[in-house]
Amino acid sequence: MTAATVTAPERSGVGRLDRRSWKVPIAFGLVTLAALVLFVILGRDRIVSFNLSTGTDLIQLPLLAFPALAGGIVVTVVLAVVTAFAVFRVWERRPVPLWVIVIGTVVAIVGFLAWAGAGATLQVPGLLTGTLFLATPLVYGALAGVIGERGGVVNIAIEAQLLGGAFTSAVVASLTQQPFVGLAAAGLAGMLVAFLLAAFAIKYFVEQVIVGVVINVLVSGLTGFLYSQVLTENRQLLNSPVRFDRIDIPLLSQIPVIGPTLFRQTILVYLMYVIVAVVAFALYRTKWGLRLRAVGEHPKAADTVGINVARTRFWNVALAGVIAGFGGAFFTLGSNGAFNKDMTNGAGFIALAAVIFGGWDPVRATLAALLFGFASNLQNALSVIGSPVPSEFMLMLPYVVTIAAVAGLVGRSRAPAADGVPYIKS
Amino acid sequence: MSSPTPTLNPDAPLPGEDDGERANRWNDLLRRIATGNALVSVLAVLLAIVVGGVLIAVTDEGVQTAAGYFFARPGDTFAAIWKAVSGAYVALFQGSIIDFRQSDPLRALKPITQTLLFASPLIAAGLGVAIAFRVGLFNIGGRGQILVGAGFAGYASFAWDLPPVIHVIVALALGIAGGALWGGIAGFLKARTGAHEVIVTIMLNYVAYYLLSFLLRTPLLQNPGSNNPKTPPALPSAQLPAILPEPFKLHVGFILVIAATVFAWWLIERSSLGFKFRAVGLNPHAARTAGINVDRMYLYVMLFAGGFAGLAAANEVLGTTTTGFTSGVDAGIGFDAITVALLGRSTPWGTFAAGLLFGAFKSGGFAMQASQGIPIDIVLVVQSMIVLFIAAPPLVRSIFRLPQPGRPRRRAKSEPKAVAS
Repeated sequence: MTAATVTAPERSGVGRLDRRSWKVPIAFGLVTLAALVLFVILGRDRIVSFNLSTGTDLIQLPLLAFPALAGGIVVTVVLAVVTAFAVFRVWERRPVPLWVIVIGTVVAIVGFLAWAGAGATLQVPGLLTGTLFLATPLVYGALAGVIGERGGVVNIAIEAQLLGGAFTSAVVASLTQQPFVGLAAAGLAGMLVAFLLAAFAIKYFVEQVIVGVVINVLVSGLTGFLYSQVLTENRQLLNSPVRFDRIDIPLLSQIPVIGPTLFRQTILVYLMYVIVAVVAFALYRTKWGLRLRAVGEHPKAADTVGINVARTRFWNVALAGVIAGFGGAFFTLGSNGAFNKDMTNGAGFIALAAVIFGGWDPVRATLAALLFGFASNLQNALSVIGSPVPSEFMLMLPYVVTIAAVAGLVGRSRAPAADGVPYIKS
Repeated sequence: MSSPTPTLNPDAPLPGEDDGERANRWNDLLRRIATGNALVSVLAVLLAIVVGGVLIAVTDEGVQTAAGYFFARPGDTFAAIWKAVSGAYVALFQGSIIDFRQSDPLRALKPITQTLLFASPLIAAGLGVAIAFRVGLFNIGGRGQILVGAGFAGYASFAWDLPPVIHVIVALALGIAGGALWGGIAGFLKARTGAHEVIVTIMLNYVAYYLLSFLLRTPLLQNPGSNNPKTPPALPSAQLPAILPEPFKLHVGFILVIAATVFAWWLIERSSLGFKFRAVGLNPHAARTAGINVDRMYLYVMLFAGGFAGLAAANEVLGTTTTGFTSGVDAGIGFDAITVALLGRSTPWGTFAAGLLFGAFKSGGFAMQASQGIPIDIVLVVQSMIVLFIAAPPLVRSIFRLPQPGRPRRRAKSEPKAVAS
């Protein structure tokens, strides 16, 4: 994964940090402790099975079954090793690599699944596909948030952009019977909302949080009004869009476990892969990315070297709006079909949470969005097999994790220096 | 649209005043009105209502039909627009102020009491947002604070059996405490770790929602013998008494809200704590230098802000919907409170007035939906347009061609000449 190189700018010259940050080891230590208590001491001594294949796979993997308690012990040991490695890295004044954090998180999740699903069979491909399904709009929204905030504009209006995209794509795709036209319209709608945000935030210097909150109300009201007033009466004409078809990528879709999840999707998901990769690369490796980060970190310095701060911010907020609009199209063209009142249901705020939890980095924010999608999907899966954890607590997880992140309990969260500060040229 | 221009000169001269000086003073006054915030607020409301009217006209079926043959008979289109828009706003007026179609004067006056009823929680929660603004904090967490406050007040209202007057006071206090607790979490995190209050309050909204949803499925809050995630009704001893006889629904909550506004005014404008609040809001660094414990002010103000939201919650579960509540008890009040506080420019009495206006919109919006079939969402559009226009005074000024404050006065140069001649 390119993530390890992507975070390069945060290091100093020789890859050593000036200051030891113990937050990652402490977080993993706590997870290990929780694993010890939950999976081993309170372990449930029953068989848990993981079904790794779908019925249509070329290569059928055997059912993976093991005693939950033994699995719990293995998971706890692995987590202890990860913690020890993190302690070692921090002691050496080196950052803990992202892949170690990902491995530790995945192992902890597997342990949790084994514990919660003891005595039942878990459908792994279904779990992963559902995760990606719920995470796709979050990833789009989070990328939009990352671009905006890296440029110094706080975007609370992601929710409005998603909703606007969902509404417009449904109407346009119904009228034209062309999902691609609907997708383009969704991007345009997201951009229009972004123009509103940019105009007030950049031209009139209105507090960006206020504009964002108000735009959310405005778009919710506008789409709700038009839905009740116009769409419900002309349902056939205006609100029965053609959905994107699922495209199986040959060969790749036959990879066991991840193939059905990653490569049997609609074009919207493949587009998301491309956008994540492009943004992650361009943000740190191109002139565009450098300028964007410059106006977000130190607009005055950027202005001094001849970058037009207001214009850079304006067009990047618009670009972010297009991406969020695409994410909105997923709600209609990628899944449900018809538009429904307030159908985004707070996804924009989870995306915002992913931006912060991901430390304003595109790849980390994407991973955070996937994690949040997984948590939401897990509560569906667990309620089916009857889990010991109430579903509300699983749904609460993204928000609690984000509060912990901004409070500095897990990881480091440092926003771009000029995030949310209007640049008033004197 | 008629717009007051700053160049008007009054004809009636006042006795005993120098002519030039008087003209000057009038110019100053008119100028202050034209550049002042009050006029911008009024114009913003007007502008938003016009936008709402355009939306109603465009989506109206009669207008669409008439527009189909616009060039043949343009008059029909205008008649249809007038019918749709005036019908909507007359219904809004009848649903929020006076229903003049009613023959019974008591019934005719009912809408205005409904407006006060809807306004009460908006004002209370708006005060919570407003005082946080004065310290420079964005309290987006009204929703979560209301949900937790409702949980606390609701629990006290049906689970405990207390003597009449004491019961309602205890339930009120518990509701306020619940809101204050939830607001205090954000204030505490801001003070101790510097966590941005916008993010924390937004996230706490959802945590509160799921927490309440969970508790509504447990015996703690769920009505026994029911499968719905809904609480039992509040005991009569815990309900806020009505202040008007039967056809009216207005209850003591509105008086409490007036008291809360007075208290908020006193707290911000007259108390020493309020002085510190304002100092921190104006410049935290200067406040710190002056010996004010800024972090502690963040905690205190969020406790107060949550308390006001808790009052809004108690007002709802003890007064307006006493038949038990679900996790949807907030009903958008938490977010409306932000727009109310912004429209009220974060002053207690401004918030009070803005709450009354939005209460009227809400009450009238339901009437408009019932009689004209116009979805109540239009009210959200109008409200948010108002706040957008208010938030950007330069925009409103340029639309109405009012002078921008701080710009060189164009008339200033010509005035000395006028005096001299």
